[in-house]
Amino acid sequence: MRYATLQLRDAAVAEDAVQEALLAALAGESNFAGRSNLRTWLTGILKHKIVDAIRRQSRERPSPELESDSSEFDALFDKRGHWEEAPDPWEQPEGALEQKQFLAALERCLEALPERTAQVFMMREHLGLDTSEICKELRITATHLWVILHRARMALRLCLESNWFRK
Amino acid sequence: MMRLSCKETTRLLSQGEDRKLSFGERAALRLHLAICDGCRNLKAQFKFLRLAAKKLSQEEGEDEPT
Repeated sequence: MRYATLQLRDAAVAEDAVQEALLAALAGESNFAGRSNLRTWLTGILKHKIVDAIRRQSRERPSPELESDSSEFDALFDKRGHWEEAPDPWEQPEGALEQKQFLAALERCLEALPERTAQVFMMREHLGLDTSEICKELRITATHLWVILHRARMALRLCLESNWFRK
Repeated sequence: MMRLSCKETTRLLSQGEDRKLSFGERAALRLHLAICDGCRNLKAQFKFLRLAAKKLSQEEGEDEPT
């Protein structure tokens, strides 16, 4: 449930997605036979329902935040486009992945992103959808998608840097 | 060959996660990364973000009983 809410930003819509997934599972919409793990199977169905819900959301309320403009990161660079403050390496990032607190910090950083930006990031990096699929679902161009993903990655990096790696 | 600024490099590094870069872009990127620690660190961090985003799902289920 939390998983769906994180991606849909709307508890009611997330609840619907989870219910639809369970109903679909009960109705045998996709076949469990031969799958090793019940959770994996259910999560797979849920992913489809989440994408359906995102598609509906994006039709119902087109999002102004998807305007392409990445000037928001201009402050990170000098006039010639060099880092004002170059990124340092993160210490033991692999270790962080094993920590619940780190994943909680990541969730908070995702929640701090503009809604649609976070959704696009999750569709790409979490659900692992192809860029062409995402463009089709959200009816945006590839160029536009790259701008959004660049923005999401830059913002998440900054957020994790100040909330975790350089705490 | 084009010379990249760090700002342009961040854009190409991000796009490199989502599309196949052209030969020229890859060459320019390699050249820049060879001399720029900051952008090399950023590249590693973008890769890490992908791992972390994947991990988010695996972790989700583990609290609940199977």
